[in-house]
Amino acid sequence: MNILSLRRALSWKGLGLLYMLACYGFIFLPVIVLVLFSFQDGRLPVPPFHGPTLFWYGEVLANSRLVAAMGNSFLVGVGSSLLSLVLGFLAAYGLARYRLRGRSLIRGFLVLPMAVSYLIVGMGLLVMASWAHIAPSLWLVGISHVVINMPLAFALCAAQFSETQARIEMAAGDLGASLPRILLQVTVPMMAPTLIAAFILCFTLSWDEFLSAFLLSRFEITLPVAIWGILRGGLNPQTNAIGSLVFFGVVALALIAEALLFRKKKNSA
Amino acid sequence: MTVTPLPHLCIEKIVKRYPGQMALDHVSLSVERGSYVVLLGPSGSGKTTLLSIIGGFTMPEGGAIRIGGEDVTAFPPSRRPTTTVFQDYALFPHMTVATNVGFGLKMKPMSPQERKQRVQDMLRLVGLEQQRDRAIQALSGGQRQRVALARALAVDPEILLLDEPLGALDLALRRQVQEELRRLQRQMNRTFIHVTHDQEEAMALADLVVVMSHGRIEDVGTPRRVYLRPASRFTATFMGESTQITGRVAHRAGDVLTLETAFGTIEGIAAPNPGAVGDMPSSSTVLQKDDEAVAIIRPENFTFNPENKQSLPTATVMEMIFQGNYVRILALTDAGQELVLCLPPQQAPTVGTRIVPCCSVDDVVIVPA
Repeated sequence: MNILSLRRALSWKGLGLLYMLACYGFIFLPVIVLVLFSFQDGRLPVPPFHGPTLFWYGEVLANSRLVAAMGNSFLVGVGSSLLSLVLGFLAAYGLARYRLRGRSLIRGFLVLPMAVSYLIVGMGLLVMASWAHIAPSLWLVGISHVVINMPLAFALCAAQFSETQARIEMAAGDLGASLPRILLQVTVPMMAPTLIAAFILCFTLSWDEFLSAFLLSRFEITLPVAIWGILRGGLNPQTNAIGSLVFFGVVALALIAEALLFRKKKNSA
Repeated sequence: MTVTPLPHLCIEKIVKRYPGQMALDHVSLSVERGSYVVLLGPSGSGKTTLLSIIGGFTMPEGGAIRIGGEDVTAFPPSRRPTTTVFQDYALFPHMTVATNVGFGLKMKPMSPQERKQRVQDMLRLVGLEQQRDRAIQALSGGQRQRVALARALAVDPEILLLDEPLGALDLALRRQVQEELRRLQRQMNRTFIHVTHDQEEAMALADLVVVMSHGRIEDVGTPRRVYLRPASRFTATFMGESTQITGRVAHRAGDVLTLETAFGTIEGIAAPNPGAVGDMPSSSTVLQKDDEAVAIIRPENFTFNPENKQSLPTATVMEMIFQGNYVRILALTDAGQELVLCLPPQQAPTVGTRIVPCCSVDDVVIVPA
């Protein structure tokens, strides 16, 4: 009897383990295959595996079009994330510190773009731009990324404003500090971990974003658009190499963001 | 020619409403320069709102605040010559002790050397020189309290506002910080306005106690006067324990009233006007024959020696609580009147004993019911 229930428990545990492994496999196996075949010594990134070699990474870095696209992506990512962060932070500060009529309505409108698909954002901007006779450019891509990322930055900042922090800002004002001084010397330093984490998240999303970047750019393109262009010519270990580079970069940034947010939580607990 | 000194702080008919509640109902108060004022009252009495209005954090709906003769009602906190020590201290968590204390000085026209010196002086004043480079998180509650104090005093405010600053400290530390506050206030000769709900704290610190209830000032005076000769029944109750005997005024001869009660008459001194100064102020003329009134007797004013005293009816000791330096006795007269007495331990009767408590006419204060 005892042995039977023990065996049953074990088999349930085994099934659970199997299920967990299947989940992780489903998520990570494609990434592992992608990374593995970026080291393929051959023209096709399909089994059997030969190698390893760093040849394709060399090819990527020698490809001026790809390197330029990487630079563009970096520029758009940093610029749009900074702007998203400043706008989101100021909006969150204003809503947290001042009693406004229709506050929840304003908040609703601010986070609404989160629910709108990137396709709609990109198409809407494209229609607006052609109506205003503005040619597609990196600037438009950057603006679309601000539209996409500002709600996220706003939501992350808004969650951090507390009554305690409000009183600390009040104390700074009481001692004679002006509003810009309070913001720069008290509010921003106190929220630094959140702000850095929000910036990294925005940057990651911008770095990855394809749809609106594809719709809104013409000659200068971002990395996802360039990768898409290469993929149209068929599979090639070079695409695996770019994919791996992007993947490792994003993972590093995500880990930094996670560490900062987690540390913040531990401090406030 | 003599110039009558202007009051340092003048609160004129301040009105503040919160939804469904009158937070402050035409409150007026004058404060002399260099005095330690304690606003005392239960929660919801409006004391914290009043402090917040003096500091400029809350806007009143009516009335004016004058500091040194200047109307500051419309000024934001940064333009007022006041600083506040917040209840939770509101220290800057990302700065060291010294940068916290020096924060307000950055807005002053001073050289870095002067600023450094000032920070050093303030830290010495509160005894935190050793902790100057430590993080706020590394400090104890009492140390944080002193950083908040040093930070607020560093900018040399004319008036320091303290919002229940001792609430988060344990009893021993509270006593110690009380003494320090009193020493600092004398040393710097600044006006301090301190909010608390603790009447012992108020008596230990204040030059002037302002007793508040339901958005009004019930009584203003020295701790001694407010305790021994309260102007109202609320003040008497809030300032400490007392025996309260209700009755009707039978006779008035100058300041001495004769009160007709359920068990006979009792004589006492009529209460002063709220705000009366001096320890033995003249009595109010509010109470007249046939008015409803209450006789207030502090527990330590009872004896069992009837010489030159009036006797109360015989009572039975119901409960005896040993408190170290005195014994607290709860007794009940045959007519059902409760009495509270404090006696030295060696004089204390045992439970069940029949006693005849006595008190002198001077120790009975008669307040309006």
